[in-house]
Amino acid sequence: MRPRGIGEWLAYGLLYLSIVLVTLPVAAVLFILVSRGYSAISWEFLTAMPRMGMRAGGIFPAIMGTLLLVLGTVAIALPLGVMAAIYLSEYAGRGRLNRLIHLAIVNLAGVPSVVYGLFGLGAFVLFLKIGVSLLAGCLTLALMILPVIITASEEALQAVPQSFREASLALGATRWKTIWNVVLPSALPGILTGAILGVGRAAGETAPILFTAAAFFLPRLPKSIFDQVMALPYHLYIIATQVPNIPQNVQYGTALVLVALVLLVNASAIILRSYIRRRRSW
Amino acid sequence: MFPLNNPTQKGRRSERWSEWAIERIILASGLLTIVFILLIFTFLLKDSLPLFKVYPLKAFLTGRDWYPISDPARFGLVPLLAGSLAVTLGSVIIAVPLGVAAAIYLAEVARPSIRESVKPVVEMLAAIPSVVFGFIGLLILAPYIKSLFDLPTGLTALTGSIMLAFMALPTIISISEDAISAVPREYREASLALGATQWQTISRVMVPAALSGITAAVMLGIGRVIGETMTVLMVTGNAALIPHSITQPVRTMTATIAAEMGEAVQYSEHYFALFSIGAVLFVITFAINFTADIVLHRFRRVGR
Repeated sequence: MRPRGIGEWLAYGLLYLSIVLVTLPVAAVLFILVSRGYSAISWEFLTAMPRMGMRAGGIFPAIMGTLLLVLGTVAIALPLGVMAAIYLSEYAGRGRLNRLIHLAIVNLAGVPSVVYGLFGLGAFVLFLKIGVSLLAGCLTLALMILPVIITASEEALQAVPQSFREASLALGATRWKTIWNVVLPSALPGILTGAILGVGRAAGETAPILFTAAAFFLPRLPKSIFDQVMALPYHLYIIATQVPNIPQNVQYGTALVLVALVLLVNASAIILRSYIRRRRSW
Repeated sequence: MFPLNNPTQKGRRSERWSEWAIERIILASGLLTIVFILLIFTFLLKDSLPLFKVYPLKAFLTGRDWYPISDPARFGLVPLLAGSLAVTLGSVIIAVPLGVAAAIYLAEVARPSIRESVKPVVEMLAAIPSVVFGFIGLLILAPYIKSLFDLPTGLTALTGSIMLAFMALPTIISISEDAISAVPREYREASLALGATQWQTISRVMVPAALSGITAAVMLGIGRVIGETMTVLMVTGNAALIPHSITQPVRTMTATIAAEMGEAVQYSEHYFALFSIGAVLFVITFAINFTADIVLHRFRRVGR
């Protein structure tokens, strides 16, 4: 189907241009980060404590801090999110309550990250007196990624054919046994995809941990869940804006490590998802 | 899909009761999402209302000065709201035409091979952390804006708008594309059968039919942009002034919270004022997301 007339050629030209304008900057950003940051990457950079006011040494505590934050976040959000998804998919029906819960999820997903930070400060750090800590940060981040996990898990549960449930019930299994032994195992890869996407989101966020968990400079690993932690995104913010005379390749190197981490996590979710689609036998 | 279990049914007694308990726990987790959204709003109110015992609400909402540490302190929301609106408006002007055009291309024009390679790029764009966008804006875009417009600083509302546009694009593209793809194929076939060209079909049939979905996509994009924090904190210059042009520094509501909460004394006026900004943000994004969801919900029902 060929375009007719100069107006249509122009229209298609603009559509092509839009795709170039969307994809080219992504490539440019990745190219800039790699070309200016790779010289900073070394074994020491990844595994050593920062020295000389973060101008030398490594970013090990920031990497570990982010990993710990993400682990704690998923440990809290995954069981809660999956149970909520089971309710929505297996029990709730199509009634008004279901609609209300969905509205709550949509709005939870839309709450600005800095507002989560405020809530974490007001509720966890001060009201519950947990203090600025790994735990308060994990709780705040868990709340933030809950919608991601619920949405993905619900989708995965609903993709399990109804006949699976009927077969199990017909064999005399109870409802919960059916969910536990038949529905959940079939939906597991999809649920994992959602969890991984949540991890990617939690790993990159700065604003929610700003007042709940992040330490400006802490050249050691946290001793308990009530300790503050350094975190990669917050560390990048600090060395880019708050501390003068940080070598540029250290800044770009930190940004590169953060982006590589987040993209790796997301890529594994995408690969897992396409694997499920190919392997799905129903 | 089936009703809650009833413990009076047949089966072993312990099994019946454990099943009953598990199902109550699951019901509770479902309800928890509603509880969380209420809790967030409650805590925002709890820590913002004390401000209005000492500082009039009208002065907060209509004040044109934000001097939180002067004596007496002034907590005027207007410059911060203006900053947020300026940056949001700028990014919408950039991201909406670009995003909708990209969505049309992906849904209607692109070959499957191109679609499958562009979509991961869009997902990558969505995955890049906001602090990295801020970093790139600060080191790459800001110097360029500065020399292009011959400004004293490259940290302006425009710089923020451009960076935020890229953060809104994935939302706008993926939801618009879903909306266009959800238009029944009979619409397209009927239009083509009547002799319309592909472009006429796209512009007069497919896009109008998907318009409410596209509207919702734009609204969700706006919701994302207005709540974005780290990027604007790093690239918009953080001057709490009402901007007269897009090439001036501004300070958004989100950036104000992020920048000042670290220094605000707990449960001081300043602390309460920052929570008040948070409550305003919550109300704005809630209204946007709520409306967008209603529009999408109606669209899905009509689409079938």
